[in-house]
Amino acid sequence: MKETIHFVLNGLEVSAEVAPHHSLLTLLREQFDLYGAKEGCGVGECGACTVIVDGLAVNACLLPALEVDGARVETIEGLAAPDGTLHPIQQAFVDLGAIQCGFCTPGMVMSAKALLDHNPSPSEEEIRTAIEGNLCRCTGYHQIVEAIKHAARNLQGTE
Amino acid sequence: MAELNYVGKRIPRCDAQAKVTGRAVYINDRKRPGMLYGAILYSPHPHARIRHIDVSKARALPGVRAVITGEDIPDIPLGFMKDNRPLKKGKVRSVRDEVAAVAAIDPDIAAEALELIEVDYEPLPGVFTPEEALAPDAPLIHEVDPKGRPRKDNRLPLVWELKCGDLEEGKARSRYTIRERFSTTFVSHCCLGTSGVIAEFDLEHNLTMYSVTQIPFLAQNDYRAALEALGLKDRRVRVVCQTIGGGFGSKLDTHCYEFIAILLAFATGKPVKIQFSREEEFRAQPTRQPTLTEIAMGCDAEGRLTFREVRMLLDNGAYTSWGATTPSVMMVPISSLYRVPHVYYRAELAYTNNLYSQAFRGYGNPQATFAVESAMDLLAAEAGWDPVEFRLHNANQPNEVTPQKFHITSCGLKECIERVRDGLGWEEHQRRKATGDNRRGSKVRGMGLASLIHVGGGARVYRSDGHGMMMKLDDFGKLSVFTGAVEIGQGTISTLRQVVAECVGLRLEDVHIVFHDTDLCPWDVGTHASRQAFISCNAALACGRKLREKILERAAEQLGVPAEELELKESRIYPRSKPEESVPLAKVLRRAHFAPRGTILMAEAFYDPPNQMLDKELKGNLSCAWAFGCHGVEVEVDTETGQVRILNYQAAHDVGTALNPMFLEGQIYGAAVMGTGYALTEELVLKEGQILNGNFTDYKLLTAKDVVPVTPIIVETHDPAGPYGAKGIGEPGCVPSAPAIANAIYDAVGVRLRDLPMTPERLLKALREKEKQAA
Repeated sequence: MKETIHFVLNGLEVSAEVAPHHSLLTLLREQFDLYGAKEGCGVGECGACTVIVDGLAVNACLLPALEVDGARVETIEGLAAPDGTLHPIQQAFVDLGAIQCGFCTPGMVMSAKALLDHNPSPSEEEIRTAIEGNLCRCTGYHQIVEAIKHAARNLQGTE
Repeated sequence: MAELNYVGKRIPRCDAQAKVTGRAVYINDRKRPGMLYGAILYSPHPHARIRHIDVSKARALPGVRAVITGEDIPDIPLGFMKDNRPLKKGKVRSVRDEVAAVAAIDPDIAAEALELIEVDYEPLPGVFTPEEALAPDAPLIHEVDPKGRPRKDNRLPLVWELKCGDLEEGKARSRYTIRERFSTTFVSHCCLGTSGVIAEFDLEHNLTMYSVTQIPFLAQNDYRAALEALGLKDRRVRVVCQTIGGGFGSKLDTHCYEFIAILLAFATGKPVKIQFSREEEFRAQPTRQPTLTEIAMGCDAEGRLTFREVRMLLDNGAYTSWGATTPSVMMVPISSLYRVPHVYYRAELAYTNNLYSQAFRGYGNPQATFAVESAMDLLAAEAGWDPVEFRLHNANQPNEVTPQKFHITSCGLKECIERVRDGLGWEEHQRRKATGDNRRGSKVRGMGLASLIHVGGGARVYRSDGHGMMMKLDDFGKLSVFTGAVEIGQGTISTLRQVVAECVGLRLEDVHIVFHDTDLCPWDVGTHASRQAFISCNAALACGRKLREKILERAAEQLGVPAEELELKESRIYPRSKPEESVPLAKVLRRAHFAPRGTILMAEAFYDPPNQMLDKELKGNLSCAWAFGCHGVEVEVDTETGQVRILNYQAAHDVGTALNPMFLEGQIYGAAVMGTGYALTEELVLKEGQILNGNFTDYKLLTAKDVVPVTPIIVETHDPAGPYGAKGIGEPGCVPSAPAIANAIYDAVGVRLRDLPMTPERLLKALREKEKQAA
């Protein structure tokens, strides 16, 4: 039996009919055509599906879609400006070589954003903890950690 | 060298924006109109006879469009030895064996249909180690060979044997000799993007494969063979690669699931997608080869290496992929890492009821180097040498020919070793160690290093090592470059763009690379062997030179200035003596297009490097440039828990020239962490052929919290054959990690770990045994 839910998706109020067994990831990909969040494992182990729900980074593959009724959901598609200007975290990933195959990248960026939204000047340890649940097979994480540090500095500079 | 605008610069990747905004389209994100979802039923048994399969209930399920088994399909022999087929018939030989497949209108129905398929198996005794497999009374895994002839045993009819010099003479000249056994195990590529494909026929039965292959042009050939088996002669096959979520060698074979998608698409007349789950990725994507290695090595009284003798037994699993040819690369460090005059190598492969294995970053080199470089430390100790000095003493040098007839041109091995030594603080550590100052309670520090040699200038694995390229200019000075290279994350497309802009004389933003489509792009043999930057950028130099000449000829006519006096730079053309009189390239192009008797400005080139296939004795200059490197680590071993922490990781690579230092460092960071995982944590655990940890909770990939403090050191030797002097870097970075760490552990606590991964359990066990012996 499908139920109707209402939530805020990347700043816009939306509604959807969802089946109880569908995850937030299925909802985003199949009903909203938002393919940025990826399914790397489907069981919450890899973080490729990370999105932000009410300020917290979550694995969209684990969260039942019904749970986002009334919530604010942010996905990778909501970060860049309509004119193509990247969010400072995205720009830092581009500039500092933090992207290789790119499959983990959207989830990685969303975990970084959830961190920096709460903690604008994290230590390296805090950065590594924030992305611990986001597996990356290509980069060895170093350039990702450096990009997040760089983004934190840039974001602070703009405030 | 003239000032370069783009080569050597830290320019971001051209696909970075698409990837960082979630716009890049992976196979996971791809749909086609009317597409059906395919799903595969695997064997629950590692070895069993299939008595009967009943698919009637699955066929009757609403929404199911096709159910096929091994009995329903023509014979499509797959793999390097053609001993595999898309769906197994009569017998299953491992738990990854495909038994039946369905196509349905949605993935849930496809999954439900699989559950309705009833298979009656008669389990058979299995063999789960290569030694068991070769025992005289071992059950046969394949009763007949691909030609139908009865088989006597589980040995593959593929023996790799290399003899250089005179082994006995080498032994006779040895003052010091060591002999040791090492083993490596199953590890999985763990590409974050799981495998997938969409097979689609048009009404004339031409086939399009939306694919993630690293070998689009060789895959075309395999798919054509499958079509012929279906009675479809001489059809067009187009391979369109999607954005690829990691490769690492896992896409160098065509795989059963791709052919199952073709069969389902043929049966239904609809596009069919097969998208692996993570569990399937662990189960059905072949692994790295497990090896058992016996090595002996000697040196004379002066510390010069005298011989190296290596015998290996490889677990082939139940079927044979190109992975069975990895001994051809295992030979590279065995014969040619350091100067060793007398070499013997023999590798045999045995069928087992385990998962089969395939290419994986380094193509056997990490397994071989683990044995060679662990043995180097053993021999140095035996002969009373410092491990660094021993390596420097025997290091390869520029312009020498190795016993396997590799012609080494550029070689920065010595510099790599010296810079790693300095980066680690080797001498300071020796002083601390001498006074016991490397020990704090249960925690003991140690240092170790290991070097590498790998192909760096292509590898003539097939008869061709070639790469085709085309270039065409539009009315506005925008260049389209058509390449057969595959972008698996390494950055090859972005590097190519830099090189093209540089060599043609265009602004970077005027260069657009067209790739991943066999209908558009010229032939290339594949993205493997760390060859793509070397080969495709050399093709770009050849093609770019031709195009530039054509442009300047046209400009000379238009401007009335001899072509040899004209310069093309940053998309503007000008007489060298009068840069202020420059005209935009676009203007010259429009005039060329619109003039009476106009012309089009295009160019093509085929670059096939001057390297050699290994001859009958398995000798020859496989690669026309050789990559070298050295990794050194400082570890802290906790003797109470067996935990190993890496405090310092120095990774020096002789790369010829850094085309883009940022990408290069990315390759080194990523590979060193992958190599560290191989050394310490990663193992796909098989018990009696069953996978015990096919998920990311139990298969231990390193996370961001497992800090490996890698310092990349780029050594530039400017190889004469390399594009702007560059050599390959894709694979080398994961080759020496395991022996470097093993040597550091030995340096710290005096136990030699011979089996990968070097888990805390294994380390503790070895420490306890050592204590027992001391007592």
